[in-house]
Amino acid sequence: MERNLMIAGFGGQGVMTMGKLLAEATSQATDLNVTFFPSYGAAMRGGTANCYVVISDDPIGAPVSYSLEDLVVMNGPSLHKFLPNLKPGGTLFVNSTIVTDPIDRDDIKVIKAPVTQMAIDIKNERALNVIMLGVYVGATDAVPEEVIVKGIEHKFAHKPKLIEPNVEAFKMGLEIGRQQK
Amino acid sequence: MAERVFMKGTEAIAEAAVRAGCRFFAGYPITPQNEIPEYMARRLPEVGGTFVQGESEVASVNMLYGAASTGIRAMSSSSSCGISLYSEGVSYCASARIPMVYVNVQRGGPGIGAIQPAQQDYLQATKASGNGGFRMIVLAPDSVQECVDMVYEAYDLAERDQNPVLVLTDGVMGTMMEPVELPPMKTDEELAACRAKFADRAIVGHPLGHQAACRPGSVGDGQEQENIKAAAMYKTWDKDIRVEEFMMDDAEIVFAAYGISARISRAVVRELRAQGIKAGMIRPITISPFPYDTFKNLDFDRIKGIIDVEMSIPAQMRWDLDYAIQGKCPIHEVLRSGGQLLTNDQVMKGAMEFIKEVL
Repeated sequence: MERNLMIAGFGGQGVMTMGKLLAEATSQATDLNVTFFPSYGAAMRGGTANCYVVISDDPIGAPVSYSLEDLVVMNGPSLHKFLPNLKPGGTLFVNSTIVTDPIDRDDIKVIKAPVTQMAIDIKNERALNVIMLGVYVGATDAVPEEVIVKGIEHKFAHKPKLIEPNVEAFKMGLEIGRQQK
Repeated sequence: MAERVFMKGTEAIAEAAVRAGCRFFAGYPITPQNEIPEYMARRLPEVGGTFVQGESEVASVNMLYGAASTGIRAMSSSSSCGISLYSEGVSYCASARIPMVYVNVQRGGPGIGAIQPAQQDYLQATKASGNGGFRMIVLAPDSVQECVDMVYEAYDLAERDQNPVLVLTDGVMGTMMEPVELPPMKTDEELAACRAKFADRAIVGHPLGHQAACRPGSVGDGQEQENIKAAAMYKTWDKDIRVEEFMMDDAEIVFAAYGISARISRAVVRELRAQGIKAGMIRPITISPFPYDTFKNLDFDRIKGIIDVEMSIPAQMRWDLDYAIQGKCPIHEVLRSGGQLLTNDQVMKGAMEFIKEVL
């Protein structure tokens, strides 16, 4: 089975890091095929940044898709730009702190999480992407949660004091994802 | 088994070159291959190598010419419009029979084109990477793993033939990350043995006037003699032709694609098979020498048509396909260009239009 995800938001929201963490952790802890493809374009400051992650049992074709199973939008412009690329029956993950516009599709599943506010509340403002990764994994079971925990431990191996807060942030997201599954 | 690491195509290319023994890199920045020089700038000093950011592409390719002519393993990389500026240096290396290895991470063209990925340098890469009618082995990877394996092997081919070798990849594979297994680091002894094979030709240590072949240009019939020798060497490349035939045993619809387009076509072939359509794929792995015979020897009573998938408008590999197929079956094209990416869905849609017509 092949599952493709696009993560989109402002530059600085950790969109690339979120995709890379998911992809690299999957590569390290499983035998699955996985690709990560960043799309910067001729981006401006404050413009959109996005990336694609494909996870599959089979060899992966294009690492990019305009027919997505899953879409994460961290800001408003990303919602409007990329919502048409979500397949009917697909799942939209919304950063509901920032994205407040109505979602004008009824053929998709919508999972909302106020990740920007949650990150502020736990005094770890940069962790909004890790919370959202938790929401995604909790709702989809795209990979087992231990895979991401290991990935966080690996990523912050050189800054061990950041491991615990990020694992906590991830688990907060996981709960929300599971509740809305 | 080697460790599985998750790497970006460009960085994997650079690490593979270092592990193959590359100890000199010269290059000039251009998207989408900048992580190759960036990686080399950090990595080469760790292994006693030298990194130079040239003042231009022309300077960089000539530094590569100089470095490779001393018998050490060296590399350069660029992208499309940058590679055009390499033409002179590559042609000089082909003339002087220098085992240079270089990488083209293709982007949109012509001209400055687009910074996004494309496959628009096929004819330049395979037919005329410079003046004078020389030929090169051109390897076309379709995964980050193959980028690694081919760069690692390119040095052996270049040194065996005393001829340039090009690894032709594109901005998709350059910027995407995939799991790879890295090959072992060549030991100093292994590299010394490589250099020893080159000793009677290398410029180092030879007095002026030595008839080492590492210099271009000749008087009298000297140049023609060099052309004849090179042509004889090109004729030995039949054994080097590499081609992947995927689900071809009973295929009626044949995808023809290399590099990024091939991995997409492979996924589409699997989808078509799931729908009961007998599809297959022929993927040239060496695009020079091209696997003409694989196409010539197709069973044209069974084959309903060929679908040429390329990220180039107009199609370029089409020339080689036409030469091999000689009109014996229809050829349909599924193309994007100028930095617009092909996806599985687009190839499927383009293929279905043709399949409905011929099946």
